Amino acid sequence: MTTPTTIGTGHEGSIREQVTDYFHRLRSGDMGALPALGGFIVLSTLFSFLNPYFLTKLNFANLFTQAATLMMLAMALVFVILIGEIDLSAGVTSGVAMAVFVLLVNKMGVNWIIGVLVALLVGIAIGGFIGYFVAKVRVPSFVVTLGLFLGLQGLELVLLGDGGLFRIETPQILSIMNDNMPPWAGWVMLVIALAVSYGMGLWDRNRRKAAGVANRPAALLYAKLGAIAVGGGVVVAILNQNRAVSIVAIQGVPIVVPIALAILWIGTFVLDRTRFGRNLYAVGGNPEAARRAGIKITMVRLFAFVTCSTLAVVSGIFDASRIGSVDASAGKSIVLSGVAAAVVGGVSLFGGRGRLSHAAIGAFVIAIIDNGLGLLGLPSGVNFLVTGGVLILAATVDAVSRKRTGGSLR
Amino acid sequence: MDMPVIELTGVTKSFGPVDVLKGVGLSAYAGKVTALVGDNGAGKSTLIKGLAGVQPYDSGEIKFAGNVVNLHTPRDASLLGIEVVYQDLALCENLDIVQNMFLGREDMKHGTLYEGVMEREAAKTLQGLSVRTVKSVRQKVSSLSGGQRQTVAIARSVLRNAKLVILDEPTAALGVAQTEQVLHLVRRLADAGVAVIIISHNLVDIFKVADYISVLYLGQMVASLETTKTNNADVVGYITGSKTYIGDNS
Ligand SMILES: Nc1ncnc2c1ncn2[C@@H]1O[C@H](COP(=O)(O)OP(=O)(O)O)[C@@H](O)[C@H]1O
Ligand SMILES: [Mg+2]
Repeated sequence: MTTPTTIGTGHEGSIREQVTDYFHRLRSGDMGALPALGGFIVLSTLFSFLNPYFLTKLNFANLFTQAATLMMLAMALVFVILIGEIDLSAGVTSGVAMAVFVLLVNKMGVNWIIGVLVALLVGIAIGGFIGYFVAKVRVPSFVVTLGLFLGLQGLELVLLGDGGLFRIETPQILSIMNDNMPPWAGWVMLVIALAVSYGMGLWDRNRRKAAGVANRPAALLYAKLGAIAVGGGVVVAILNQNRAVSIVAIQGVPIVVPIALAILWIGTFVLDRTRFGRNLYAVGGNPEAARRAGIKITMVRLFAFVTCSTLAVVSGIFDASRIGSVDASAGKSIVLSGVAAAVVGGVSLFGGRGRLSHAAIGAFVIAIIDNGLGLLGLPSGVNFLVTGGVLILAATVDAVSRKRTGGSLR
Repeated sequence: MDMPVIELTGVTKSFGPVDVLKGVGLSAYAGKVTALVGDNGAGKSTLIKGLAGVQPYDSGEIKFAGNVVNLHTPRDASLLGIEVVYQDLALCENLDIVQNMFLGREDMKHGTLYEGVMEREAAKTLQGLSVRTVKSVRQKVSSLSGGQRQTVAIARSVLRNAKLVILDEPTAALGVAQTEQVLHLVRRLADAGVAVIIISHNLVDIFKVADYISVLYLGQMVASLETTKTNNADVVGYITGSKTYIGDNS
């Protein structure tokens, strides 16, 4: 202990005390992504018993690309769900942005990088539009974005024409979901992830030390790094093996993985360590308290919607890369799965609680249901029923745990 | 007597045709607790909201430490060192004690939140107020009792070096022991040189903690009394309107 404090900071004490504290928090209802992780393990075990193909290397890699689009969209939605709002138009926003992209690149011969930038600008503009009506005019986000959900579908039809379908002709976009990094690059990616985690850990510890407050035992940092090394190592090792069914080798970590990880890391940094992130949680927890504390809640809400729509466009890029084309219904059906992924992962629909990693884990749960049931050859109706059931279950867990932690239901 | 930290004269506020404040005067002094009492609807909360800058007055003069000032936004008020602990607690339950105490004015370093320093200052402030019931400054507010939440809200105003702290019914929802704790805290706050205005319906509490009592009756300040020179019955008389200041105070 560096300061003679009688009021602790939660960082004091041995590893054993830290672990006890952690379980205490779990019991008080603050379970985060644990239920989703549990569901993920149960479902994987179940599906690997039911279908021998489920555990193959090829399907393992497929899971990553299947989850990637959903994960990006769910992470986008976290920014608005955190402030107690919703964006039902996030999917079609990505569709409109990609429609603009294909028109620019395929029809007008614009450079693909400019195309991507313009698509992102479309996202920013739509987010600004929603944000204006929700934050300034105070129209409920449910209504604004439901209106846009319909309106933007119309815009897609206008842009691409009824039944219009454009192939993605940019190899760089196609390779995001369809190509893999060379095996050595997968290991480099893991080493970078470890180095960044270690660097951030050290940085935090040094800053706490400089401020004169207690640090958790360093062993906990090493345990976390060890977990990343082992978990990440297993994943990279599997993905680096040849998973082809024909003679042409397919191996390596899909290119989308480092892109998604980088966005996850930057987003988490913003939410945890910047004032904007803190303000999002405050507005989600109690907007009136945030306002009285001098936070410009209108701007916070506006930026939340801009961030959501912009990240939604990234999910649109992933989707277009995977399918290889953009049509007039792009992004229409995915948004509820995105909300489901976030909620299943432990992001509270009441606002103020949740992390990007929760949404990412939730996306894997939804993707695994999709993947597993698909392999079992069940009719797609069953898939919808199961996914819907899981969403209601997760929302119930959210509501109940909110009561347990003493939060009021609004 | 010293110059008041805050001095209101002739303050008015109407909502449409309803005159809620009809030319109110109020003063509060450094190191003293001034109780603001009055029946429901007398205009206490409206008077306070004007001082907090969340709902400006229509007319009247506001002097802060002798200078005429404007209070149009919460920012105006907090820049002067006026902090309000609201009746409906203005805390975020999903955030922890440190995050709430520093909300809206976090310590930053290299563009990122400087958590260590904020933790240290929060703990120091709570200790300075002899708060003993809080285990860790990283506890979520949702896990705190009503009294502990009031404590956090009061500590936040101390942390911000407030010159004037206004508490709107801080003990209304509390049990006996917790009320006692909060009243102690209010007294310590004043003893540290802060001017305190406390709104309460509980005259027992007020006689325990206040130096002065100001009574608001239907939008008018009908009495400003020294606690030691008045009694329960008189104050009740002013509150209910059965007693009037001028002529009856000899
Ligand atoms: N925003 C408002 N619009 C209209 N009337 C209001 C508003 N705020 C307060 N009032 C009225 O002003 C009067 C005084 O209210 P208030 O200041 O809350 O009293 P107190 O806090 O003393 O109980 C009440 O009659 C109330 O109905
Ligand atoms: Mg009131």
